[in-house]
Amino acid sequence: MPEQPDQPNQNGDANIARDRAKAYWRANLKLLGKLLVVWFVVSFGFGILLQPILDQFQFFGFKLGFWFAQQGSIYVFIVLIFVYSHRMRKIDRDFGVED
Amino acid sequence: METSSLIYLFVGASFALYIGIAIWSRVGSTKEFYIAGGGIHPVVNGMATAADWMSAASFISMAGLIAFLGYDGSVYLMGWTGGYVLLALLLAPYLRKFGKFTVPEFIGERYYSDTARLVAVICLIFISFTYVAGQMRGVGIVFSRFLEVDIDMGVIIGMTIVFFYAVLGGMKGITYTQVAQYCVLIFAYTVPATFISMLITGNPVPQLGLGSELADGSGMYVLEKLDAVLVDLGFNAYTENSKSMIDIFAITAALMLGTAGLPHVIVRFFTVPKASDARTSAGWALVFIAILYTTAPAVGAFARINFIDSVSDMPYSEVAEVYKNYEDLGLVAWKDKNGDGVIQYSAGAPFVGKPDFDGDKRGESGERTVTNAPTANTNEAYVDRDIMVLANPEIAGLPGWVVALVAAGSLAAALSTAAGLLLVISSSISHDVMKKTFMPHISDAQELRAARLAAIVAIIIAGYFGINPPGFVAQVVAFAFGLAAASLFPAIIMGIFTKSMNKEGAIVGMLAGLVFTFSYIVFFKFVSPELNVAENWLFGISPEGIGFVGMFVNIGSAFLVKHYTKDTPQDVQDLVEDIRVPSGAGAAQSH
Repeated sequence: MPEQPDQPNQNGDANIARDRAKAYWRANLKLLGKLLVVWFVVSFGFGILLQPILDQFQFFGFKLGFWFAQQGSIYVFIVLIFVYSHRMRKIDRDFGVED
Repeated sequence: METSSLIYLFVGASFALYIGIAIWSRVGSTKEFYIAGGGIHPVVNGMATAADWMSAASFISMAGLIAFLGYDGSVYLMGWTGGYVLLALLLAPYLRKFGKFTVPEFIGERYYSDTARLVAVICLIFISFTYVAGQMRGVGIVFSRFLEVDIDMGVIIGMTIVFFYAVLGGMKGITYTQVAQYCVLIFAYTVPATFISMLITGNPVPQLGLGSELADGSGMYVLEKLDAVLVDLGFNAYTENSKSMIDIFAITAALMLGTAGLPHVIVRFFTVPKASDARTSAGWALVFIAILYTTAPAVGAFARINFIDSVSDMPYSEVAEVYKNYEDLGLVAWKDKNGDGVIQYSAGAPFVGKPDFDGDKRGESGERTVTNAPTANTNEAYVDRDIMVLANPEIAGLPGWVVALVAAGSLAAALSTAAGLLLVISSSISHDVMKKTFMPHISDAQELRAARLAAIVAIIIAGYFGINPPGFVAQVVAFAFGLAAASLFPAIIMGIFTKSMNKEGAIVGMLAGLVFTFSYIVFFKFVSPELNVAENWLFGISPEGIGFVGMFVNIGSAFLVKHYTKDTPQDVQDLVEDIRVPSGAGAAQSH
C-alpha cells in the first residue's frame, strides 16, 4: 500500500481509522444478519419447515408452501442481493471506503 | 426443411459462433487467461456466470427430475439459486478485494501455508472432475439423439470445440463465448416452454401457466389435475413430499452451500473491476439464472402431464414416434407384463434394474424385448428422466426448428459449464501447484504455456468420462456440491469472518469435511448400495444432503484444532482486515 495513514506520531489517527473500520464491519454484519434471516425464512422456513401448514392456503393455482419452494423463494433471493448491493453502496460511502 | 437438417444448421451455426469468438478473443498473458484481465462489466459477467452455472444438469435433467419428483424437486430449485445469496453476501466482494487469480490462492495466503493451498487444489480437482463428468454425459446424450452420430464421436466433437476456445482464449474467450451460449440456451429453453404452456393452459408465461387452469375446459388447475392423476395411478401426490423433511432440508442446504463453494463459480467474480461490482454481478447472475429456474418447474409439470396423456393406457402400436426413437436409444422401455398390447403406467419400477435389451429382438406388439426380470406391480413403462426436456417439444408436437433449438441450447449449456470447469482445473495446476508451490521461478509465458497444456490434459480426461459416463447427470453433479459444501465453503467463510482461524485448523477442517462427505457418499452409493435406505442414514440424511453435515464436521474440527495450536500471525490478521473493506482493490495482482 503506497499511502499509510497511520504515521508513528499520529497514533490517535490510526486508532480513529481502526475504529471506523470496526464500525464499518459492524454495520455490514448487521445488514448481512437481517438479509440472511429473510433468506432462511422464505426458503427453509416457508418452502420446507412450514410447507405443510402453508399448503393449506391456496395462492392462484398453487398451494402456498409449494409456490414458495418452487417459485417465490427464488424471486425473493434476487431482491435480497440487489437490496444488499444497494445498501452496501450507501454504507461504503458513509464510511468513506467505496472503491 | 427436415428437422434433422435444421438441427445440423442450428448446432453448426452456434459452434461457428463460439469458434469465431475464440479466435477474436485470443489471450497473451496469464492475467487475461485466468481472470480475463479483470475488466469484465458486471452485467456481462452475470450473464457469463449464468451460462457457466447452468449445466447439462440444469438444462436437460432438472425439469425431468422435477417432473418425477414433484415437490421433492424443490431442493434443486432453492438449492441452486439460494447459494447466490450466500455468494453475493458472504464471499464474492471479499474475494474480489483480495484480488488474486484462484480459490486455492486465497486459501494458501489466508492460511499462510503451501499445504493449505495444495489441500484446496485437491478439493477443487475432486469437485470439478465430478462435475465435468456430468456435463460430458449430457453432451453424449444430445449428440446421440439429435445428430445420429455415436456418443463417442459426439463427445470428441464437443471436446474439440471446448479445446478451441478454452485453450486459445482462456477466461477471456470463455467469458464471451458464455455470453453467446447463455443467449442460445435461454432462448432454447423458454421458447418451447412458452409453446407448451400455451397449449396446456392458454397462458404464454410458463411461471403463471403452472398456477393456471387447464385449457381443456375441465376448470381444474394444472397442479390439481397432476395430483389427482398421479394419486390415481398409485404415485405420491405431485405437490407433496415423499422424502423426509430433514432430508429435504439437508439436501437444499448442501446444494446452497456447495453452490457458494464451487471454484468455477467463485472465480467468475474475480473478473469484475471492483469489489462492489462483485455484489451487483452476483445479483445479475441470479436474474439470468432465475429465468430458467422459475421456468423449469412449469416445464416439469407440463412434461409429466403430457407423458401420462400420451403413454398411459395407450396401445403400443399407437404411441407417438418420438417414444420409439428413445426406445431405440434404450432410454424408454416397455415390458408387456399382462400381454394386452396396452401400456400400463403406474407407480413402482416395471422390472429389476436398468433395461437390458435382447439385441434388436422385438416383442408381439413390435416393442424392443427387455430381458430384465419383471416386478410384481402393474407398471410396465420405464423412462429415463433425462429425456424429458429433450423429448418434450416433440411430444407436444412442436415444429422442427424448436426441436433444433433445444439441441443447440442443451449443447451450449453443457459446453459452457465444461469450459468453465476445465479452466479452473488448468489454472489451479499451472498457477497454484506449479508457479506458487513447486516452480516459483517460471516466467509468465512459461506459466501460460503450462496452463494451456493443463487445459488440454483436463479436456482429454473429461472426454474419457463422457465416453464412459457414470450415472445420472444431475445425481453425479449433486455430489460435487456436497464436497464443495464440506471443504472449500467453510474454509473461505472462516477465512473472511474470523481473524483467529489458523492454518492447522483450516487444513484439518477441509480434510475432515472432505473425507467424511466423500466416504459417506462412496459407502452408500458404491460399496453397499443395498444399505442406502433412510433407516441406515445418519440423522436420516441421504448421501445427496450429507455435505451439510460435512460442513459442521469441517467447522467443528477446525475450531477444535485451532484451540490447541498457534495463533494467526499479525500480517495475516491485517490481510483479513484489508479484504473486509472495498476501498483500494485496484486491479488484480499477479504476484
